Amino acid sequence: MDLTPELAAEAKRIAEYARGYGLDFYDTIFELLDFDEVNQVASYGGFPTRYPHWRFGMDYEQLSKGYAYGLSKIYELVINNDPCYAYLMKSNGLTDQKLVMAHVYAHCDFFKNNIWFSKTNRKMVDETANHATRIRRYVDRIGYEAVERFLDVCMSIDNLIDYHAPFIRRGDHDVEGLEEIGEGRVIVPKLKSKDYMDSYINPTEYLEQQKKEIEKKLQERKRKFPQEPIKDIVEFLIKYAPLEKWQRDVLAIIREEAYYFAPQGQTKIMNEGWATYWHSRMMTEKILTDGEVIDYADHHSGTLGTRPGVINPYKIGVELFRDIENRWNKGQFGKEYEECENMAEKSSWDRKLGLGRDKIFEVRRIYNDVTFIDTFLNADFCREHGLFAYSYNYKTGQYEISDRDFKVIKQKFLFSLTNFGQPIIMLHDANYRNRNELYLVHHTEGVDLRLDWAKATLEALFAIWQRPVNLETTIEGRLKVISFDGKSHVEKELAKDNRG
Amino acid sequence: MVLRIHKDHSRFKEIVKGHIKQDLKKYVSNGELIGKKGKDLVSIPIPRIDLPRFSYSHKKTGGVGQGEGQVGTSLGSGDETAGQGQAGNLPGEHLLEVDVTLDELATILGEELELPNIKPKGTKTISSHKERYTGVHVAGPESLRHFKRTYKQALKRQISSGSYDPSNPIVIPFREDRRYRSWKLVPQPVNNAVIFYLMDVSGSMGTEQKETVRTESFWIDTWLRSQYKDLDFRYIIHDATAREVDSETFYHTRESGGTIISSAYKLCDKIITEVYSPSEWNIYIFHFSDGDNWSGEDTSFCIKLLRDKLLPNINLFAYGQVESQYGTGQFLKDVQEGLGNQDNVAFSKIESKEDILDSIKVFLGKGK
Repeated sequence: MDLTPELAAEAKRIAEYARGYGLDFYDTIFELLDFDEVNQVASYGGFPTRYPHWRFGMDYEQLSKGYAYGLSKIYELVINNDPCYAYLMKSNGLTDQKLVMAHVYAHCDFFKNNIWFSKTNRKMVDETANHATRIRRYVDRIGYEAVERFLDVCMSIDNLIDYHAPFIRRGDHDVEGLEEIGEGRVIVPKLKSKDYMDSYINPTEYLEQQKKEIEKKLQERKRKFPQEPIKDIVEFLIKYAPLEKWQRDVLAIIREEAYYFAPQGQTKIMNEGWATYWHSRMMTEKILTDGEVIDYADHHSGTLGTRPGVINPYKIGVELFRDIENRWNKGQFGKEYEECENMAEKSSWDRKLGLGRDKIFEVRRIYNDVTFIDTFLNADFCREHGLFAYSYNYKTGQYEISDRDFKVIKQKFLFSLTNFGQPIIMLHDANYRNRNELYLVHHTEGVDLRLDWAKATLEALFAIWQRPVNLETTIEGRLKVISFDGKSHVEKELAKDNRG
Repeated sequence: MVLRIHKDHSRFKEIVKGHIKQDLKKYVSNGELIGKKGKDLVSIPIPRIDLPRFSYSHKKTGGVGQGEGQVGTSLGSGDETAGQGQAGNLPGEHLLEVDVTLDELATILGEELELPNIKPKGTKTISSHKERYTGVHVAGPESLRHFKRTYKQALKRQISSGSYDPSNPIVIPFREDRRYRSWKLVPQPVNNAVIFYLMDVSGSMGTEQKETVRTESFWIDTWLRSQYKDLDFRYIIHDATAREVDSETFYHTRESGGTIISSAYKLCDKIITEVYSPSEWNIYIFHFSDGDNWSGEDTSFCIKLLRDKLLPNINLFAYGQVESQYGTGQFLKDVQEGLGNQDNVAFSKIESKEDILDSIKVFLGKGK
């Protein structure tokens, strides 16, 4: 349903305020939906149409139950698209609607300007509808059960993609600088030197030796497939797995949608922080009438509320943006400030630079959550906002606060954000033991995989590759290979020098 | 408006139901009485169906949080719902509470045990009447005036008499134009049923035995409720004498003394004669005992009572013998011998909670 004239006028007014503050966004189309429609759209990840799958029904169950029992309510939903689509809940009061609009414009600005979104499909509304149509067609042709089973398999592996792939331009160079020019000739990388020193710094014998080694490596690599370890395993499977045509297409759809949603996961804290920062400024500086203050404050504080053990991205995000603005306004950055040991001087440090506004716009353009937290989370902030690290205590069977040390917190925080807090797994060999088996390597960060799930995921991979699959990973400090050959799981310990 | 998501939703529910089905046996035998919430909802925690992926175990990684507390302060118990430690950018592993109504539960029970639906007794089920507003009359009370039809009628009359002016569309209904809603009486067959629970509370029936009885009667209730519109419950406890009690007392009394089973049957018969005319009621009797009757004489008397007085009038007599360390269990054998040829009796021996499911199947499997 279109906006009521009153809301349409508000939308226009708020858009002007937003532009006045320097926000820059695509046209934004608001739609009014009732609670059930909002729940549907939210279950579909913000889109009006998705392919049929029970997972959406599961999300719907959760949302609609939450709404029915008054436990939760969706206020705002916005899709990264050109034009942006945003949904308003019909039953919300005017104050809430205005708040949501202000919030949404800031999200749209973020979508448009943050670099991590720059490669996303801006016509995704159409694209998901097309995907849905394609999958429905397969359902008609092949049957619901078969397509659903395959979708389940795909969803087990849809995190095996390379979240940075859209930004990497791959040339003919390979990563280690090994290069082959034409038949058998190789370039041996030399150490940099002035002409007259060259024969000393790069002696001929050394170069010969290097050349041999490189040739040997190249020779080995030629037998290897893929030649380099691959992170976007899904893409590899789409290209090379023995799939039927429809399966290949379904897997490609899942992959495309995973890449589309990836930046939203990569910038959750920043995105929500940015939108909260702006709705709070716009509401308090421009929009609110006297009578609306209480409602606004109530809702706003609800959004920013924290519970122990959970990071509220809205709260952390907005506080960090405010902290950055404040620091750059006062000049609390750089060598001089960092090295200042006089706490009194440090806390009243004010160079009156007024760079805050420019800085936060720069931050919203080029950072993602990992770099954002890495760069701007500091010890003062951690202390001020009561951050802590927690871990599971096996003795008591409880999660417990384990540390309030800044370094530990930051390390844990970054760990939870890197690669979405998911293990990094690469495909090293697709012709393992010369038997057309997959050989994956988990690049261990000191934390074991959840083993039962890992085994089930191997089964999913087997269903696609149709040959045995192997995963090298560390289990309780021992390097092991777990394999699934279609019938049974095997676990084998690797000798140290026998890594794949 | 029918939303597209409802298809996915019902698909999900089907899958979840499948999970319940497999776990049903466990629910029943573990004696987990599923709590009634509000009117007729029970909530069963159902795991959210998370497709497996390569991932860390949350227990091993921990995370970052915000709030007060010393190092060592607990954040909650070990289930994975506690901390959503992934800095909130991933849905954690929550448990989803799926509410199952008792009706659904009964359906599942029926499917699982392959219980036949109960055929209402005879043709003499009482019919009650219900008013349905289906028609329109020219006379009636003002409170039932049908506004729209009245205006329509007035409009018709004005148009046909030529007094209607489209440029000044005023419609004035006359007395004759008035229309009123009218009702019809729709007969509605109602099946009434009464369940008698009889329990032996003599010294030999311990807490454990009662727990078994309680669990079993919960599931029997659930099933019969799904089959009948209205249910009456009567509870009778007996040792050497019998008396009628409320459900609370029924499950919680511990008496001592001897056992004269016939006393309960006599009381039951008396209530039936006074209140529940067999031509109008479907009558179920469930009797639980450890089978240790006072004398063989009384047992013969019981059999006589059942055969001559009770059985001709009721749908089903079910006798469940609970295992007890004191009882001889003789009663079951005797009754089986005496009444084995009757059609509306069921016997089962419940040695442990694992037998409850089978026992229910024996009791209700006849579709009586």
